[in-house]
Amino acid sequence: MSDFQIVVCGSLVPDPLQTLEPLSGATAPSLKNEMMLPTILDPWAAHALYEAANLAKKNQGSKIYLVSLGPKGKLQQLMMSVAQKVGFELIAIDGSASGFTEPYEVSEVLASAIKSIPNLDMSKLLLFGGCSSASRDAGVTMQLVAERLGISDFFLGVDELIIEQDGKLTFKERVEAGQYLVSTCSAPPVAVGWSTGTLPVPPNNPQLGMMNMRGVLPALQKAKSVKVSAEGVAYSKVEQPSQRRDTRIVKDTPVETIVQELVEWLRS
Amino acid sequence: MEKLLLLLHTEDDGSLRRQSLEALTSAKETAEKIGADFYLGIVGNGAKKSTELIGNCGAKSFAVLEGNDFSVPRYSTDKSAALALIKHFAATVVIAPNTSRWARALPGATFQAGGRIDTRVTGIATDGGIQIQRWYYRQRMLATLSRTQRPWVILIESGIFKAWEKVSVQVNVEEVSAELKPEMKRTESKGYENASGGEQTIKPDAPILFVAGAGYMKKQSDGKTHVKEAEELIKKFLKLSGASLGSSKSLVEAASEGAEVISIMTHMNQVGQTGSTPRHQKGLSTCCHGEEPHVIGWRFINERRAVNTDPNCGWAQGKTDVLYVADAFEVMTKLNEKWGQKWGQA
Ligand SMILES: Cc1cc2nc3c(=O)[nH]c(=O)nc-3n(C[C@H](O)[C@H](O)[C@H](O)COP(=O)(O)OP(=O)(O)OC[C@H]3O[C@@H](n4cnc5c(N)ncnc54)[C@H](O)[C@@H]3O)c2cc1C
Repeated sequence: MSDFQIVVCGSLVPDPLQTLEPLSGATAPSLKNEMMLPTILDPWAAHALYEAANLAKKNQGSKIYLVSLGPKGKLQQLMMSVAQKVGFELIAIDGSASGFTEPYEVSEVLASAIKSIPNLDMSKLLLFGGCSSASRDAGVTMQLVAERLGISDFFLGVDELIIEQDGKLTFKERVEAGQYLVSTCSAPPVAVGWSTGTLPVPPNNPQLGMMNMRGVLPALQKAKSVKVSAEGVAYSKVEQPSQRRDTRIVKDTPVETIVQELVEWLRS
Repeated sequence: MEKLLLLLHTEDDGSLRRQSLEALTSAKETAEKIGADFYLGIVGNGAKKSTELIGNCGAKSFAVLEGNDFSVPRYSTDKSAALALIKHFAATVVIAPNTSRWARALPGATFQAGGRIDTRVTGIATDGGIQIQRWYYRQRMLATLSRTQRPWVILIESGIFKAWEKVSVQVNVEEVSAELKPEMKRTESKGYENASGGEQTIKPDAPILFVAGAGYMKKQSDGKTHVKEAEELIKKFLKLSGASLGSSKSLVEAASEGAEVISIMTHMNQVGQTGSTPRHQKGLSTCCHGEEPHVIGWRFINERRAVNTDPNCGWAQGKTDVLYVADAFEVMTKLNEKWGQKWGQA
């Protein structure tokens, strides 16, 4: 058994049920009513957090840090629900969580926040995050954070991490055509971009939430303000293509007729 | 003047996948449009031999990096190999296929090269310099952008460009070496595993995507569930049609909630906001409501049809071309019968 320092990078994204509308800006685009949109913890980063909690439970003495870059007020709202799921220490950074910021800049902010964790022990470090965000959807930030921290082993699209008897770490990464690439790394530090993982979403635990919030609120208060943008990037157009199709609704029709139509379509 | 590098990797068996040949077309077209030469670098097992397969592609020169340490995917060594080739050609623009191998390693290589990277690129335009198109917020908005920093690494999605027609021609190939520090070998590959444990159900090259939703697990008009029957219907249809299998989130999650499940379904089959966004010509959805977080994953399915007992389901809101209001159990039973009688297995 080992004790790990698990650092999870994850921030907020607009609730997936929201309709989003882009707005052009002087430097980068933004979303209409961005500050008003309900948000959730970025789904794949959330899975990373649940996997971290599970590992910490199985490996006594482990500690979880959640490093979040986002507008402070919105982070506070988000933490009310996230804090009820698993125990963690929050490291908050006050800045944009927009999908139109540049991972190069975001990774610099995240890496510097991670470096400031007191007594950070690289030989125990598991750096977790999602395999890509539901905002930028690039799958790049975690590699850049790893590079900035000097971590040489990175795994993308991980569904399973097994801690072997001898302390080695075995990863199953999603690759093409429904397969896993299975690899074993000798020891931490490692960086992981999680996919869905294997765990259900933990139920809300209000008691845990209250305990977490005691640390979360001061962390939010001392959150450093940073400016992240997308230097060197010129967005010439951002559009929301029409998604509506002219749906033909076929009802009160014998199954034979439907099947005939389907067969002709599928075979054409 | 840009110096354009097409960066490919071989498969573990030394072949080049279709997506690499598509990236070749995009690099060649881009180079022609901006009046630049393009160079070709290949990493991986049998890289040198693989250059012969595409020797007709018109690259100005070829370089490869191969050897045991670079034969299977691994972040550290793939990163080092890619970096060596980018430096070898002093590339300013790098085009590469958005495979799992390059998606893992090229962000790190780009960082080391002092450049910037864009992944999941779905288009390249060349009016007044290179501009790329990519989606933001999980297929909810499409942006066109350019960058000043170099090298600029561009990972192209599959299915955007036509695959290059291979013609074997022998070419001169330079062999490049990459830095190999001891810590780069901390990770060892143990091979591949099928996610579903059994038969392969995800087929990126299949013309049809067949999606099953949580309706298959629900009580039907007789007040009972028919999960095993659903599994047999789905399996039979996949066998007959050769379709790739997709799922809604609710259906794959039922497994972790301990319900009776469709055994061939895993999280990898999930389509949508937190699943995949596959590319197929046609998609047939059954017993799935067609909620927005699911339909986001259908962005690149050209022709869509759905079967649902509910005429007001999400699909009816302009998300499919045709919605058949019918019982999917009945439809799939008859569809399998008809397909089997007429054509047998695909
Ligand atoms: C953060 C987040 C991310 C998400 N990501 C995803 C994602 O990636 N992918 C995804 O799929 N969902 C995702 N969702 C969930 C999504 O919102 C829906 O809850 C989910 O897609 C519903 O799955 P379903 O349509 O299979 O199930 P249900 O909503 O339960 O629908 C079942 C359907 O089956 C129909 N039905 C029942 N019996 C029959 C029958 N005999 N014949 C025909 N039709 C029948 C019913 O009419 C109903 O429409 C996400 C949600 C959130 C909050």
